[in-house]
Amino acid sequence: MGIDAALAGRTFPPTAPYAVTAEHVATFAAAVGHPGGGAAEQLPPTYPIVVTFAALQQFLDAEQVELSRIVHGDQRFVYERPVRVGDVLTATLTVTGVRSIGGSDIVSTSSAITDAEGALVATAGATIVHRGEEA
Amino acid sequence: MNAGETLGPVTFAVTRADLVAYAVASGDHNPIHVDESVALAVGLPGVIAHGMYTLALVGRAVAEWTGGAEVVELGGKFVAPVVVPAEGAAEVTVAGTVGEVDADGLRALALEVTVEGRKVIGAPKAIVRA
Repeated sequence: MGIDAALAGRTFPPTAPYAVTAEHVATFAAAVGHPGGGAAEQLPPTYPIVVTFAALQQFLDAEQVELSRIVHGDQRFVYERPVRVGDVLTATLTVTGVRSIGGSDIVSTSSAITDAEGALVATAGATIVHRGEEA
Repeated sequence: MNAGETLGPVTFAVTRADLVAYAVASGDHNPIHVDESVALAVGLPGVIAHGMYTLALVGRAVAEWTGGAEVVELGGKFVAPVVVPAEGAAEVTVAGTVGEVDADGLRALALEVTVEGRKVIGAPKAIVRA
């Protein structure tokens, strides 16, 4: 099943607010071997993937796309400020483009990651590739 | 650090156990990163690392090189899969060169992310507050 090109421009509902805990930051930092662990002032810069992925998963579920047919094409984070323990983050995904190449659908997205006050913390641009049956 | 200075290279070993731990930590439970039969069934060459795991290694290298400088931008294109064998590890190498500080006090790091000499992240970008 392909991804509808008409989705371009659509914004999906925000993810459930996600509270950043020291415990989870420590787990994430340990998983990627990030120096300093959870006690460090600087979280691993890729930490916001947690809410970004939740937004992507929500999008895939809404479109009934099987996760195993997805590979990550690219990812870019632009940070307005560092994420901190205690932040409550929400990601709101907008589909910025859908194109098909060789049986695969390439979906470009941009997720606004905001804090409890609604202020922008980071913008996460992600391209995901839905690999068709022939891929 | 000074403009033109070389960073690394630093090599990270990535095992399947690392990917299992990363799946739990990140919430990305795509089976192509942990289950070889699924990966092969969808036409991949084997279990592949999460692109975000590889990018996290870049973040780790940047943190180590800069002493934990604030990262204001990080990203890249996952141009080739990092295939992780059942036994042993894939080796991801990150190297870089320090750029100039711009008028906003930001410094770009020019990076190369490779496995066995082959580029796995295209146009990797890291900008830190100098």
